[in-house]
Amino acid sequence: MTIVTDPPKASFRVSQLIYDTRYRSITFQIAALIGFLILIGWLISNTAQNLADLGKEPSFGFLAEPAGYDINQRLVDYDNQNSHLRAAFVGLLNTLLVAVMGCAAATVLGVTIGVLRLSKNWLISRIMTVYVEMFRNVPVLLWIVLIMAIIIETLPQPRDFRGADPQASMALFDSVAFTNRGFYIPEALFSRSLGDIHLFGASAMRFDVSLDLLALVAVLLAGLWASARIKRNADAVQEATGVRPTVWHFRLGVVFVPLLAVLVLLGFHLGYPALKGFNFQGGTHMRNSLIALWLALSLYTAAFISEIVRAGILAISKGQTEAAAALGLRPKRIMNLVILPQALRIIIPPLISQYLNLTKNSSLAIAVGYMDITGTLMGITMNQTGRELETVMLGMLIYLLISLSISLVMNWYNNRVKLVER
Amino acid sequence: MKKSVFLGALTVAGLAAGAAAAGTLDDVKARGKLNCGVTTGLVGFAAPDANGNWEGFDVGVCRAVAAAVLGDPQAVEFVPTTGKTRFTALASGEVDMLARNTTWTFSRDVDLKFDFVGVNYYDGQGFMVPKALGVSSAKELDGATVCIQTGTTTELNLADFFRKNNISYEPVPIETNAEGQQQYLAGACDTYTTDASGLAATRASFENPSDHVVLPEIISKEPLGPLVRHGDNEWGDVVRWTLNALIAAEELGITSANIAELSEGTNNPEVNRILGTEGNLGEMLGVSADWAKNAIMAGGNYGELFEKTIGENTSIGLARGLNAQWTDGGLLYSPPFR
Repeated sequence: MTIVTDPPKASFRVSQLIYDTRYRSITFQIAALIGFLILIGWLISNTAQNLADLGKEPSFGFLAEPAGYDINQRLVDYDNQNSHLRAAFVGLLNTLLVAVMGCAAATVLGVTIGVLRLSKNWLISRIMTVYVEMFRNVPVLLWIVLIMAIIIETLPQPRDFRGADPQASMALFDSVAFTNRGFYIPEALFSRSLGDIHLFGASAMRFDVSLDLLALVAVLLAGLWASARIKRNADAVQEATGVRPTVWHFRLGVVFVPLLAVLVLLGFHLGYPALKGFNFQGGTHMRNSLIALWLALSLYTAAFISEIVRAGILAISKGQTEAAAALGLRPKRIMNLVILPQALRIIIPPLISQYLNLTKNSSLAIAVGYMDITGTLMGITMNQTGRELETVMLGMLIYLLISLSISLVMNWYNNRVKLVER
Repeated sequence: MKKSVFLGALTVAGLAAGAAAAGTLDDVKARGKLNCGVTTGLVGFAAPDANGNWEGFDVGVCRAVAAAVLGDPQAVEFVPTTGKTRFTALASGEVDMLARNTTWTFSRDVDLKFDFVGVNYYDGQGFMVPKALGVSSAKELDGATVCIQTGTTTELNLADFFRKNNISYEPVPIETNAEGQQQYLAGACDTYTTDASGLAATRASFENPSDHVVLPEIISKEPLGPLVRHGDNEWGDVVRWTLNALIAAEELGITSANIAELSEGTNNPEVNRILGTEGNLGEMLGVSADWAKNAIMAGGNYGELFEKTIGENTSIGLARGLNAQWTDGGLLYSPPFR
């Protein structure tokens, strides 16, 4: 016979919070949390107190005041009577522009270099090694400044293109001018333009999107979709009959014929740059600062990406290559069909950090006078309004949002690639 | 540079409790050194010489203040600041005063919470172009690429000037005078604009100064002067009256050559009051009785300082113009020492 008795209910004593191992860790964590919160609270109140002593209560009202300064590279309409917020938006778009251009170029360059570094050709692999070591071991700021200095000091100034016997001449059938103020390239013009859509009304975020561009993108996407359909049909026929029908001309046709038709309908033509007054007019002006920043950021980041790609490829066991070769695949197809798809899974996570790095490094733009968000909001606006705390915090918030968005997109892509694993 | 913006912001943000509070005069005396914000290098106004000693017109003001407060014109720590970092450096307490060709404007005085203690150089914004460009007036600059130091009043004046005249331009923002010089000489910009005195100083450092001209238009008023943080009136008074002492000394004929003789006593009571042999002006200011004497001996009176650093006999070659004494038709006018 057993007597079941409840264990005596121990009454909780305060000393248990320290001496009882069940509670001790929680006690310590709560104490640490309180300490941490007090520290933060002290920082905030101290900041507020100091600012109040200076007579500078935090306020974001300055964002609505007229900026008063001009910005050279504007992706949206802006003049010096617009608000500081609008100037910050112009800067933000400039940041995004160089980040997107940089990430794209760095990826293409990095993957190419990473693959070439594994080449069996001794010369090529050594040259790539030199490239990687050179670029990743020198601070990116120096590359930015160096490229800018090279552009400014070696390329001709617009004045040299003038006269009966000019010292410099335009390249590519007089369509492109390389000057030390930047490159002037032909721009796309539409004589029967559809106009623009104006987004966000008259707010500081107002943004014009060209309908011509939208139409072209829509036609291109539709063409690609149709081309993919044709390929799927051909695949199905091949599965069923073993004979692959010739479809490449259809696939090219559905992409390019509608595109050309739309271009003709819209009256597409090129606007060429021409020397007028002090500068080239017409065409698109890629400023020296943009080129220096873009090139330096992409060359620098490409060195890191190439190492990531090389590591990813080397991580795939040699048995895979041998097995694929035994099936009769050629080296190029082994790389594209067997190695790279598996390597991508390893490559993408560290690649995300490189994209984030590139975007954040773009804040070095001020070294060459590129007007990004650091140059406008945290540069001129901060200086003209004296709102250090507000502008820096706003800038940090914006960089945080950009970085989180990049992470989000790349993680989504990473998950898609990961699913291929069986 | 970037770091100092950020550190400055952080310092404002939190950690330098009390740095902004009153008592800069005591801080400077306790430290035994004056922290003075100057440019990163503008020949004639503030630039280190071959031996690394800072010299120039603005540097002279710093040395005079150090001499007045500490009795030693060499007890100055010069902190180079760019157009962008200067205000943060001052607001955060990194420097005690700025003597950095900074324009006195309403918003800087009122909104940015600084006190301008006076004007040590009356200037205006001008344009410099290469002679080869064939431009004779700023109004002909339609479509030109303009190099401009970012974070300055010149940036805003420039926008106003081109807007008013309904002509267009392409701004190229640059951080320091040296960068502007490089871009301008390479032809990456057609014209360089800043205060006329700065243009003269920059031009003087060119290999062929005569290939460049400063256009006749002066598009703004730029009263340049030293400034301190708002709210520390004792310190503001010290800097203000040191500058006034230099100006009054020229007016009253006190020079570095005759100051020793004059400080033995003269029959001009104002000279005696300035030099501390009569009255107790130094005590009122919280500094020694011979403060003004030390300040004047540091680099001479205003006129001597001007002639030595930026005057007509130097490579900069600036005429006194507006910066002559009021008795000579200029704008310099010190309130009485009484």
